[in-house]
Amino acid sequence: MSSLDIVVRSNPRFSLGRVAALVLRHAYILRSSLPRLLELAYWPTVQMVMWGFMSQFLAQQTSYVAQAFGVLLSAVLLWDVLFRGQLGLSISFLEEIWSRNLGHLFVSPLRPAEMATALMTMSLIRTLIGIVPASLLALWFFGFSVYSLGLYLAGFFFGLIAFGWAIGLAVSGLVMRYGMAMESLAWGVIFALMPIAAVYYPVSVLPTWLQYIAWALPPAHVFEGMRSIMVHGVARPDLLASTFALDALYLGLGFLAWLGLFRGARQRGRLLQSGE
Amino acid sequence: MDAPAISTPAIDVSGLEKRFGEITAVGGIDFIVARGGVTALLGGNGAGKTTTISMLLGLLLPSAGAIRILGEDMLRHRHRVLPRLNFSSPYVDLPHRLTVRQNLKVYGKLYGVDRLGERIEELGRDLDVAPFLDRPTGQLSAGQKTRVALAKALINRPEVLLLDEPTASLDPDTADWVRGWLQRYQRRVGATILLASHNMGEVERLADEVLMMRTGRIVDRGTPQALVAKYGRDNLEQVFLDIARGEGRAAELAPLEAAQ
Repeated sequence: MSSLDIVVRSNPRFSLGRVAALVLRHAYILRSSLPRLLELAYWPTVQMVMWGFMSQFLAQQTSYVAQAFGVLLSAVLLWDVLFRGQLGLSISFLEEIWSRNLGHLFVSPLRPAEMATALMTMSLIRTLIGIVPASLLALWFFGFSVYSLGLYLAGFFFGLIAFGWAIGLAVSGLVMRYGMAMESLAWGVIFALMPIAAVYYPVSVLPTWLQYIAWALPPAHVFEGMRSIMVHGVARPDLLASTFALDALYLGLGFLAWLGLFRGARQRGRLLQSGE
Repeated sequence: MDAPAISTPAIDVSGLEKRFGEITAVGGIDFIVARGGVTALLGGNGAGKTTTISMLLGLLLPSAGAIRILGEDMLRHRHRVLPRLNFSSPYVDLPHRLTVRQNLKVYGKLYGVDRLGERIEELGRDLDVAPFLDRPTGQLSAGQKTRVALAKALINRPEVLLLDEPTASLDPDTADWVRGWLQRYQRRVGATILLASHNMGEVERLADEVLMMRTGRIVDRGTPQALVAKYGRDNLEQVFLDIARGEGRAAELAPLEAAQ
């Protein structure tokens, strides 16, 4: 009898070990490249400095900013959570395409839900590496602490990053299904939502019909909730609850889109053709 | 869940078909690979070898047909059998910026390999990759990359190994080394190997059975010796050319087989 005859291996439906293996693969890349690490923090920091000076100037000109100095800086930081969350997931997936590694991964026991979980974990790590130094710089440079939002900050953070993951999953699925022509979506798609995300102005500024669309997306709930605390000193748990409810919906839709596009990629033989 | 009986074929394919719009890449093929055997899919470019292997792996969904590997339906329960197989293909790479050891560690963890460190050292010695285990994979020569790809393909001690053109783009010396190693490995552990190739020497040396493919169909099958005898040729390369060009005995046999 050969050594292979009676080998029966278990294969659980969801394995944290496999999620950790894929996270390790991306951590190796980040760890080995200081420029990559610096690049993650570069743009959030530049944005923070620019909007910090802008806020200082506007605080002397308008009572709105004078009343709540950090409102623009908080908006900048939280917008970056959404942007970095989506980009972090999409880039981690694109790394697999660029390195022509998808075929190996999808023939391994790794399941789609495990891959999505690993990509979300990497997005969280990348976002924290980008945002935390910028938030500390705001404290040091402008004397503003975004952490003064307290526990609500954690709620806003996860409310936005989860929506970023939903979009990132859909974008990754499109790249998998339609190829590298979709790659540019990873960098640009989120900005299409910026005008209706109510980042720097309230939803009420928008035309009525556009307000319905804005309220159908989690970011408007987060940014209105942030302004309510910073400008009026009123915490709005109802907005946080609606954020999470919408996040659950969009994450579900994002994952379903990803699975559907994965199936489409398998039907058309895209998984072996991926790469530049 | 009980393990399928040992007597079940390692690979059982029936009516397998793949169409891309109007184009039929694989046109309804049937074959069985017995456990512990080496079977080769032999054919020219565009014959359907890679498409067939991709469907066996689940990377490509068939338009019709059934695939069972180690007794499991690959279209419905591929995740049950994935830990027990592995593959190597020139169409996929390992991440270039990771070292060889890091790549093997990641894949070892994905496959849930016990005592992974020991396994990596063992493969390092067996496949002669130990000297460059800590070098980035992208900096290796083609021959070294092939050995690393084999190490990844063997990390989980697969019962079924699918190899797509395992010696493509290698110099004759390295290709010969890889073939010799595969031969020794298969004899030592009794793994089932299905390899796709258009290298006749490789197929003659490694395969117990050959499936000759042309334009998405299996046009003949048998042991290398039986095929050479059937076509009245000196070697498999001449048989391949007859089949590819529809000349010689292949031209005489084709109408008979079509009638059958």
